[in-house]
Amino acid sequence: MLRDITLGQYYQTESVIHRLDPRVKLAGTLLYIISLFLFENIAGYVLGALFLALVIGLSHVPFKFMVRGMKAILFLLLITVGFNLFLTPGETLVRLWKLTITREGLHNAVFMALRLCYLIIGSSIMTLTTTPNHLTDGMEKGLRPLKVFRVPVHEVAMIMSIALRFIPILLEETDKIMKAQIARGADFESGNLIKRAKAMVPLLVPLFISAFRRANDLAMAMEARCYHGGEGRTKMKPLVYRRRDRLAYLCLLLYMGCKVAVGVLL
Amino acid sequence: MSIVKTKNLIYEYLRRDEEGNVEGVNRAVDDVSLQVRQGEFIAIVGHNGSGKSTLAKHVNAILQPTRGTVWVDGIDTSQEDRVWAIRQRAGMVFQNPDNQIIGQLVEEDVGFGPENLGVPTEEIWKRVEESLRAVGMYQYRSHSPNRLSGGQKQRVSIAGVLAMRPQCIVLDEPTAMLDPSGRKEVIHAVRELNSREKVTVILITHYMEEVIYADHVYVMDQGRVAMEGTPREIFSRVEELQKLRLDVPQVTLLAYELQQRGISLPQGILTTQELVKALKRQEWPGAKREDAPHTDADSVNVSAILEEAGGTQAGEEAQYGTDH
Repeated sequence: MLRDITLGQYYQTESVIHRLDPRVKLAGTLLYIISLFLFENIAGYVLGALFLALVIGLSHVPFKFMVRGMKAILFLLLITVGFNLFLTPGETLVRLWKLTITREGLHNAVFMALRLCYLIIGSSIMTLTTTPNHLTDGMEKGLRPLKVFRVPVHEVAMIMSIALRFIPILLEETDKIMKAQIARGADFESGNLIKRAKAMVPLLVPLFISAFRRANDLAMAMEARCYHGGEGRTKMKPLVYRRRDRLAYLCLLLYMGCKVAVGVLL
Repeated sequence: MSIVKTKNLIYEYLRRDEEGNVEGVNRAVDDVSLQVRQGEFIAIVGHNGSGKSTLAKHVNAILQPTRGTVWVDGIDTSQEDRVWAIRQRAGMVFQNPDNQIIGQLVEEDVGFGPENLGVPTEEIWKRVEESLRAVGMYQYRSHSPNRLSGGQKQRVSIAGVLAMRPQCIVLDEPTAMLDPSGRKEVIHAVRELNSREKVTVILITHYMEEVIYADHVYVMDQGRVAMEGTPREIFSRVEELQKLRLDVPQVTLLAYELQQRGISLPQGILTTQELVKALKRQEWPGAKREDAPHTDADSVNVSAILEEAGGTQAGEEAQYGTDH
């Protein structure tokens, strides 16, 4: 059934990485991505790979789940490799008709591909080990300093968590409307792309109307329960850094230190 | 002391045509004065569009009166700076269970109200546990609300209001979207709250069966209070109720029909057991009581049928918790 869908790609299991504070994971992912683009040498890539392997090992998430995330960017990866391979000027290695592969091009293509792979795997570790809910919490608290620049951090987090709550409900509703329309002879499956898109209109209109009605009801229910923005609000499940979180930060710093050292020295 | 009081409450809204031009003024609530005492169980019934929901929304300061005044625990609801105090005192449960649950887990939803009130974390957990236990949903605390039944969702909504420690709960047709068993669950939970936790309950409904447990009933029609009194008083006026297009519980209707046929029964019978008892006490014309069912053609087998029906219905009522 539709209501059994899992949101995001959270992989449920017990591990140190799962238990970490979402803020650590957010900061860690960001730092890791930066580290990938810092220096360009083989030792640095090996270091990045080792760190990644360590985290994957600790997370208890099967590796194939991370590879699954790669499929989505396979096309992007191919384009990047292609452009780098053929369009970098330099010492010619192979000449195929009008295309030339240069030594620099090959070098760039391989490293660019590696970077992208690391990046995708690195960030998918975060989404695989953190529930969307936790992620939202982490963002709200982690990005709180941005309030100084009038970024509505609490509001955005609230919108995200409400959206997450209503996705299954709206999916179920879509299913219901679809069945009702099919029962009355609507055809969603045949015809070309334009015809099918047109067939979606009688589905989308009632769905939108109902979504607005729900939003109105929800707003009233929230106000009835004294919701008045993030001011003066306490948390039922506040995020608190524990020993393991501090240790994780230490590991991250250590990794960054090594990466910089390797980059500078070699 | 009265927890909710309205005086000459009038609520008007503008009726608009399709272009948004004002066509006229609709009066949804028309000169309503009522008083709810602490700990009472009040029912407000009425046909669709009778103004009962509009009235309910005034108690929570969601709507402001056009004229007249509403006081909640002595606070005038038109004082804008006290609106959160009012909403904490008078919680509100709405019709659609899906559209009022905010949290992704049952316990998170119940904690939403206290979070907004700025209650410290440990206290929130305490309140969440208490509230969930009060509505019998504690074992579901870490479930996703999407996987609960309608009745369970409504009980979670009630717990969510309860966690704000209100003195009064307004339930705006909480059972309208539920199946019969869900309705029983919710009404049972509401009655428990009223009798055990001493929370004042204002139940808006159009199911007359739910009204019989109330201390006081207001019947609304076209924005006005058309009738008021105890359920017994209200249900003894069957004809008036029917004129207001309201159903009477089936037992009450049967008793009324029997009365019309010349059988003398007490006024305002509310439960099957009461009717059975009253009928047993009857002197049946032209026969001894024991063989009454077989003699008179006009009152065929009434007693036997009712005994049977009483057997099944008594069971249902036990689920509602009549025995307390």
